[in-house]
Formats: sequence, structure tokens, C-alpha cells
Amino acid sequence: MIQNLADGILVGSVLSLGAIGLTMVMHMLRFANFSHAELLSIGAYSALVFDAVYSAIFPFMAAKIGPLSMTWALALSMVFAIAITACSALLIDKLVFRRVRELGSELSMVFAAFGVALIIRNVIGLFFGLGTHLYSKDIVFAVVVSRDPLLLIKPDQVFTLVAALAIMIVLHFVLSRTTLGYALRAVAENPDLAQVNGIRLSHMIALVWLVGGALAAIAGVFYGLTNQISPIIGRDLVLPIFAATIVGGIGSIYGAVAGGFIVGIAANVSLIVLPSGYIPSVPFIIILVVLLIRPNGLFGEARA
Amino acid sequence: MIGVVSYAVFFTTVAAILAIAVLGLNLQWGNTGLFNGGVVAFFGAGAYGTLMLGGAPQADHLGGFNIVYPLALVGGMLIAGLLAWIVGILTLRLRHDYLAIATFGIAVTFENIMRNAESFSGGAKGIRGFERPLREWIGDGFAYNLLFLGFVLLLLILVYSFLQHLVRSPFGRLLRAIREDEDAAMSLGKTPSRVRLTAFITGSVIMGLSGGLYATFYAFISPQDVLPTLTFQIWAMLIVGGAGNGRGAVMGTFLVWGAWTASGWVLSRFAPIDVQLYTGSIQYVLIGAVIVGMLLWRPQGLFPERLVISQSAKSA
Repeated sequence: MIQNLADGILVGSVLSLGAIGLTMVMHMLRFANFSHAELLSIGAYSALVFDAVYSAIFPFMAAKIGPLSMTWALALSMVFAIAITACSALLIDKLVFRRVRELGSELSMVFAAFGVALIIRNVIGLFFGLGTHLYSKDIVFAVVVSRDPLLLIKPDQVFTLVAALAIMIVLHFVLSRTTLGYALRAVAENPDLAQVNGIRLSHMIALVWLVGGALAAIAGVFYGLTNQISPIIGRDLVLPIFAATIVGGIGSIYGAVAGGFIVGIAANVSLIVLPSGYIPSVPFIIILVVLLIRPNGLFGEARA
Repeated sequence: MIGVVSYAVFFTTVAAILAIAVLGLNLQWGNTGLFNGGVVAFFGAGAYGTLMLGGAPQADHLGGFNIVYPLALVGGMLIAGLLAWIVGILTLRLRHDYLAIATFGIAVTFENIMRNAESFSGGAKGIRGFERPLREWIGDGFAYNLLFLGFVLLLLILVYSFLQHLVRSPFGRLLRAIREDEDAAMSLGKTPSRVRLTAFITGSVIMGLSGGLYATFYAFISPQDVLPTLTFQIWAMLIVGGAGNGRGAVMGTFLVWGAWTASGWVLSRFAPIDVQLYTGSIQYVLIGAVIVGMLLWRPQGLFPERLVISQSAKSA
């Protein structure tokens, strides 16, 4: 039970990072972006490539950081993975979503998102193969935190959780204390009024994609660090991330954080009663329950 | 020669079955503007429902009620409608993203449960051993396939004319009114959420019919038949044909299914062995590109909806 809870919190931190970006995009552009989870894949795979490159060029960087399986090379790769993923998000918007938006068929955006997701997922599969990859082939042993009840935690998992929480706190301060944050929230609340006040809508949309992409890249690398990297990361995570945004309420960043942890914990705790094969269904059950008792989520507001 | 003819019969049967599902989606998306991200769940509900209700009793999973075939088919459709009701009642009052996510979720969950619940649905092995109707009299050969094609085409025509009729009826006008301007429709005393629910369930029941026919044709259904791929294919068919009109939906089905089958054949015939492992990936990229490309360059589809101009506007 304690073990499930701990695992759930750790998975939850990855889901939260993914859900923050998704909820911002859904709030501002008003469409269910089914390709968001593919950004996690892009992040995880670009870090994989850069990690290999740096380890080869600078062998000293292949050293591990303390007890983690993360190397200095991977840490540096993350910076590049963030940049690449953020730019990919922007590029996808420029190439596809913005043009579909401008054609005036807002409802078609969700079709476009699925099309984009299919293309990204399978192009990754074609380039990197359909099998799984790992950042490090060394086995990192879990640390026994307590024997009764049994609780095993890997150093990587603790690092992931702490880093994810730190990023969320930074994001909180940016959104609540800076002019940029105000502008972003203003556009999400009322695009017309925000533009009257001199906020460039196109810049804010670009910013949302950049932030969403960056967070997705971090989530992707963290997921790869604690699980495996495979082309179906996006397929496996898309529903849990959507569940997190719905639990939190679409448009609420704090809701997305809470939703991520709730979905992560629920999926892992339900392992106690459910055979593990049914775990992919848990996010949907959560969505149904939320829609039944609190349709706009924990922190969301009703909006057409 | 007989090989070509029997392949043509096989191809047309599958395409006609899929065309029925595309018509169901057209009612939801084309006429009402409802996004269904889980077509395959309703298709699968019809398929599993038909085989479970109409099949012979089997020891290792539920079903085998030996119900007479037409009733089993209708039963499958009703199960699909029930699923649609559950999703629709919860999401259709909310902003449209919720329906998209919930329908996507129900497809994932449906496949997941069918794959895992062995005692219920046969698990990954699926349900086999279905006695195809009238087989004792006609036998298994070409004649049966030809007759089954006739049956499927008849149902396709029935569904098509039912939907044409529905769309031209006052209810169809209401659907278009809500799709174009919900507030205006509400000001006339209409209840958009109830009308949408009706359209959503009707479309899903039609998808259930398609699934039931599919399962009858193969006399077999497994989780492998209800993968999300099918949803994407069905969308591509509707988008290529042109959402909003039945003719486009049917033409789009034959075009996309033809292209899909042909691309699979070309890849398996001419691609090197080590590339063949990636046939699926290449086909997914193609179908994704077709969806995105159509939305960017020809969003109205190849056979666009003819805009209906109402009587008063004509006389004015």
C-alpha cells in the first residue's frame, strides 16, 4: 500500500508536468490536443541522441551524478532536448494547427492533432526502431527505505520528484509575479480584452507552445529515466495526461498539477485490487467519476 | 479470373461494412459537429455483442445465447447505443473537448477490457466458432460470400436512405442549426444537448451495426480488431470523402480502403524484408498525412456538402 502510494506520487510528477502544458494549450486554443503526449516522446528521444553524442565526445561526462543513473551527459542533453521539443511544438503549430485555425475550422483541430500524433509516433518508430531504449544499461538498485511496511525507492525517482516540484514552483512564481505571467493569464481569460491592452496574441500562443514543449521534454526524459523509452510513450501517456487535466479542470495549472498526482496515485493504488492488465482503463474510470460528480474538475470553471 | 472476382467480392464486402460505420460517423461529425474519438468502441460493442448473443454456448467465456441472427445483430446495436448513452449523457452538456477525450477513453478501455477479461470476452484469443446464418443451406463457398455481399449492400442502402431522409427532415434541419449556431437554436426553444445526444446515439448504433456485420463476415472477433487504427481509418474515409454528405462518406470509404489495401500490398510485395517490419508504421504515417493534408488543403473533402438554402432565403 505504502509502496503503491510512493510509486503513484512519482509517476504523478511526470503526468503533472505533461498536464500543465496540455491544460494551457487547451485553455488558450480550445481544442483537445491529442498530440501533446508525443512531445514527451520527442523530448525523451532527443535526450537519448544527445546523451550518446556527449558520452562519446567527452568520456568524462559519462560519469554518474552521485547515486543516480543520470550522467552529466544526460543532464546536459536535457537542455538540448528541452530546446528541440519546445521548437518542435512551435513548428507543429506553425505548420499545422495555426493554418487549420486560420481556415476557421476550429472543430477540425482535434482531427489534425490525431493526424500529427500518428505521424510523429510512427516517424520516431521508423528512425529509432520499435524496440525499447534505456538511458543507462546499468541496473540501479532501489534503496530500502523501510522493511515493514516494505518501501523501496530508487534514487532516480526521488530526483525526478524533487526536480518536478522545483519546476512547478518556478512556474508558479513566473505566472503569479511577472508581467509575462499576467499577460499569459490575461490572454487565457479573455483574448479580446488582452489584445486591447496591447498584448500580442500570437506571441502568447507561441509562448504557451514553448512552455508546454519544454515541460513535456522534461517529463519525457524523467519518464525515460524511471521507465523505458519506446515509440509508444505517447500512446500510453495520452489518456492519463488528459485525465489529469480533466480532474484538475481544463485551464487550471494548479489543477493539472493536482490532477497528475491524483491520476498517478489512483493508477498505482488500484494495483492492489485490479490485475495489472487493467491499469490502462483506470484513467477513463477517473474521468467518468469526475464528470459525474464535478464536471468542471477540481479547479475549473464552466466555459462553453 | 475467379480469384479476381472473389477478391473483388471480399473487398467490396469489407468496404461496404466500413461505409456503414462512416455513415454513422457522418451523422455525428458531419451533420452535428460531434467529435467521436472512439469509433472503434461502438463498432466493437456491436461486433462482440452480435457474436456473444448469437453464438453457440462456449465454456470459457460469457455468451453463446444462440439468439436468432437478426435479433443478435440488433442486440449488438443496442449495446453500442447503450455505451454511447453513457458517454453522451456525461459529456454532451460540457465543452466539446470532453466528448473528444471521453470517447477516446472509452475506446482504450473497451479494448483493454476485452483483452484482459478472459472469462467475459475470451481475452486476447477473442471469440470464434460463430455459426454464420443460413450456412447450412448455402454452404461456405463463393455463393455464400456473394449473398452476404448482397445483404451488406442492402443494409448500406437502407442506412444511407434512412440518413438522407433524417437529414432532410425537421430533425436534420435542427442538427445543422445547432452545428452552425447553438445560441440561435436555443433562442428558438430547442435543447441542443438532448438533440446532440439523440444524434450521437443514433450514429453509434449505426457503427454497432457495422461492427456486427464485420464480426459476422469473419465469424471471429478479437481485441486485435478493435485497435485505435480503425478509428483513424474511418475518420480518414469521412474527411477524404467530405463530411456532411452521405455520398462523400461512401466514396471516401472505397477510396481510402482501396488505398490502404493497395499500400499494404505494395509494401509486402516490393519492399525489402527488413523494411516489412515497419509496414504498419509507414501506413500510419500515410494515414496521418492524409488526415492532416486534407484538413490543410481541402477541408471540405473531395465531394463537399451541398449547402442547403432554406425556402425563405430563396424567395427573398
